[in-house]
Amino acid sequence: MNGIHDLGGMHGMGPVDAETDEPIFHTDWERRLFAVMMATFASGIFNVDEFRHSVERMAPAEYLSTSYYEHWLHSLESVLVEKGHIERSELEAAWSNAPSAAGGGA
Amino acid sequence: MAGHDHTQPPSDTALRVKALESLLLEKGLVEADTLDAIVQLYEHNIGPRNGAKVVARAWSDPEYKTRLLADASPAIAELGFSGVQGEDMVVVENTPEVHNLLVCTLCSCYPWPVLGLPPVWYKAAPYRARAVSEPRAVLAEFGVNISDNIEVRVWDSTAELRYMVLPQRPDGTENLPEDDLAALVSRDSMIGVALVEGP
Repeated sequence: MNGIHDLGGMHGMGPVDAETDEPIFHTDWERRLFAVMMATFASGIFNVDEFRHSVERMAPAEYLSTSYYEHWLHSLESVLVEKGHIERSELEAAWSNAPSAAGGGA
Repeated sequence: MAGHDHTQPPSDTALRVKALESLLLEKGLVEADTLDAIVQLYEHNIGPRNGAKVVARAWSDPEYKTRLLADASPAIAELGFSGVQGEDMVVVENTPEVHNLLVCTLCSCYPWPVLGLPPVWYKAAPYRARAVSEPRAVLAEFGVNISDNIEVRVWDSTAELRYMVLPQRPDGTENLPEDDLAALVSRDSMIGVALVEGP
């Protein structure tokens, strides 16, 4: 499928920005999300193709303007809801109940 | 807010991750101990030092190198490295005539058991877009200038098949033991965006 994820050869993306001494995770949420994704993946409730397909169905502008682990978050939420493991309403309730560190702003 | 329209996800990504983790813990779909063990594994046990040991063994043991280039996954497993995102591995050898470079244009496929988790630049749009169309320019940005008479081969990884570069052994290392050789081998040299320098 020739979606936005099919980036090979695309122009206008700018220089490669390689960070020196890059940490394995840049934030604690990346670390937690990685663990949650691996644990749910390992339990077999979705497979790698379902997970990738869910990333590939992101809106193109959103795909390009968000980070790798933000793609993961989008995909994990989507695939868990689509496969019936969590309800969308449960997720929305969890957003309301989670303590916000910065008043919801970023 | 009931009805057809969904609530937009909060802009605070950390909050959104925390909410998902809490929900999955509450529903018993994940366990806290498992999450901690996964973090421990990928922050401390799996990383490019594994791949460096494979490279050093290949440089030191010609029969191992033959096995590695013929069928990489079992040869890598001989050193104890195997598992998710490295089930089917191919090792490509740099020579005086050929320089190899790895990319995943579609996503972020990378050989986790030998290199750990990929750096951000490997997963970001500029590298994925350009590594296949202008690999020599990308290499030059990493400080690697490949002369025109050397062929550059770019390998596009997939969900099923992962590559690792076997870099060229630097001159002046003929007498070094395997551990010292491994210490010379960087992550970037096994992706193909660096060369291995002598001691």
